[in-house]
Amino acid sequence: MDLTSALILAGLGAFHGLNPAMGWLFAVALGLQEHSRNGVLRALPPIVLGHAASVLVTLGLVSAASLAAPPKAISYGVAALVCGFGVWRLVRRRHPRWVGMKVTRWQLAGWSFLMATAHGAGLMVLPVALHSEHEGHMGHSAPGVPSGHDVAALASQSLLATGIHTLAMLAATTVLALLVYERLGVAVLRKAWFNLDFAWAVALIGAGAFAAFT
Amino acid sequence: MALIQPDPTFYPSAREAMLAPREEVAYVALLDTAGEGRPDALATIDLSDGSIVSVHDMSVPGDELHHFGWNVCSAALCPYAPHPHVERRYLILPGLRSSRIYVFDVKDDPWHPKLVKTIEPETIFKKTGYSRPHTVHCGTDAIYVSALGNVDGDAPGGVFTLDHDTFEPKGRWEANRGPQELHYDFWWHLGHDRMVTSEWGTPNQIEAGPSLDLLVGRKYGHRLHVWDLSKRKHLQEIDLGDQHQMALELRPAHDPNKTYGFVNTVINVEDLSANIFTWYLEGEVWKARKIITIPAEPAEADLLPEPLKQFGAVPPLVSDISLTLDDRILLVSCWGTGELKAYDVSDPFAPRETGSIRIGGIARRDSHPAAAGRALNGGPQMVEASRDGRRVYFTNSLYRSWDDVFYPDGISGWMAKVDIADDGSISLDPGFFVDFAADGRRAHQIRLQGGDSSSDSYCFS
Repeated sequence: MDLTSALILAGLGAFHGLNPAMGWLFAVALGLQEHSRNGVLRALPPIVLGHAASVLVTLGLVSAASLAAPPKAISYGVAALVCGFGVWRLVRRRHPRWVGMKVTRWQLAGWSFLMATAHGAGLMVLPVALHSEHEGHMGHSAPGVPSGHDVAALASQSLLATGIHTLAMLAATTVLALLVYERLGVAVLRKAWFNLDFAWAVALIGAGAFAAFT
Repeated sequence: MALIQPDPTFYPSAREAMLAPREEVAYVALLDTAGEGRPDALATIDLSDGSIVSVHDMSVPGDELHHFGWNVCSAALCPYAPHPHVERRYLILPGLRSSRIYVFDVKDDPWHPKLVKTIEPETIFKKTGYSRPHTVHCGTDAIYVSALGNVDGDAPGGVFTLDHDTFEPKGRWEANRGPQELHYDFWWHLGHDRMVTSEWGTPNQIEAGPSLDLLVGRKYGHRLHVWDLSKRKHLQEIDLGDQHQMALELRPAHDPNKTYGFVNTVINVEDLSANIFTWYLEGEVWKARKIITIPAEPAEADLLPEPLKQFGAVPPLVSDISLTLDDRILLVSCWGTGELKAYDVSDPFAPRETGSIRIGGIARRDSHPAAAGRALNGGPQMVEASRDGRRVYFTNSLYRSWDDVFYPDGISGWMAKVDIADDGSISLDPGFFVDFAADGRRAHQIRLQGGDSSSDSYCFS
């Protein structure tokens, strides 16, 4: 994986981490409920892991498909999927309803998985991750006959991409959750909770275009 | 169109909502007095001087508008289903008698609401199996509406939801209703994923007017029900005692961490008193304890309507209560005796009466300083406190067929205001009196611009 790809993956991770709907706000609310910073910190691992799982599943599925289909078909397929999802996010706002304020760690992880999946977090990461995977295993065996080496390489690339993305997301989420809990207070939401839906949709469409043109 | 920043009327916590700017507009439901012919209306009131700015008639007569509410509110900031960029701009008005629901847009001109959608009764019946929608609350994931009965006007009553973008009914809310049959109000403890519901009676028990037989037979509601808000499942029933007929308005603490709230029962059939209970969580069990008893007041039989003559007393008929956003002052409407009371409920089990004013009343007919000497009928009924907990507005009509029994001379609609002082005492604002006599319709629910103390719920402590 080249540095540019790694930086983009990390940037997207930070972007996801900044979004209150991806979990830091939930962590703050749970901390306020317990009146303790530990409450905030305890909520973060399930949230980040749920997010990572959503990204990994998306990358894993598409990587597996890329072993069996010609690269062009995968590129355009991914481009259409990611762009299409971006357009859908533009016209329709939905939020999954599942849990309430009393959540177990598993429910919190599940909630984060659902939120990330519904927002297309993995899809946004997909084109860059796929690009670096493609670079990584160029010149190996022909499509349709994946070798054990290919599978291992792809799996490790997916894991690496998810790892970079997740670390950046964890950093952004933790910093924001603690900053709001300790210093700013939730009143800051009234002004600072910018509507990311548009930026999010544009990022998805951009990522899709990237997949088509690289 | 979605906003870039959260709607400015959303506050993460009740404490922050208390810092909101002072309200300028009130929206008031007006009920057709005769119940035939004229449509009900939505009035806008200029709160700086109590003038009626506009009156918007509904499309058809016969709705009996009751507890309307907003499309979204501060609950949109809840972290598990956030949608903070939806605008608070639509009032959802349910017609209790017709089962019709109107949606008004107040954004472009807050003084002149615009009707933008009507949900016909047949749609409600088909999609939810319920009828007689009564109370609207904006929830974390939908608009919640209570309904008093099924399509035939019998039990069970319950809750249904509307999509908060399209306002289409999404169906019954309950996944498992357990033993719950009767319904009236609902609200929740968002921090604990619990809903609480109360009981009045089925449409067939109430629409013709209060039935003495049902009262004596203790057939009206007297229970609370506790539900799992996310699993939509009945958890527990709390019986307040069947002498306490009609458990109505639910006012849970606004702080989502707290696990208690207040409910009024209208009449104790043993002594005609009205009572306030505190419900609370103890360990894993929800319980309720009577905290306030307001006794009946003796009165000359000549001054009393037919059903009360035999008792020689006026029951207080507590019909509505309101809790300030700091969970400190509870306002109590005694519609029968014509009194508005204030209690400090900082300790929810040891209320302390801090104030009282008199206006109207079945026997007393107290006047308002702005119309000195004029005997007023009706009494404090729908009561709404401003977000800062300083001003309280109230109107005088309950429910048409019940108005006519207790005030047979025909209620003349008015709206008044009290100010709450630091010590919790209340005083009538002598300059604020909205007289609906010229319009001829009766005033019911009040909503204050931007939110009030029964419009929003909060996920942050």
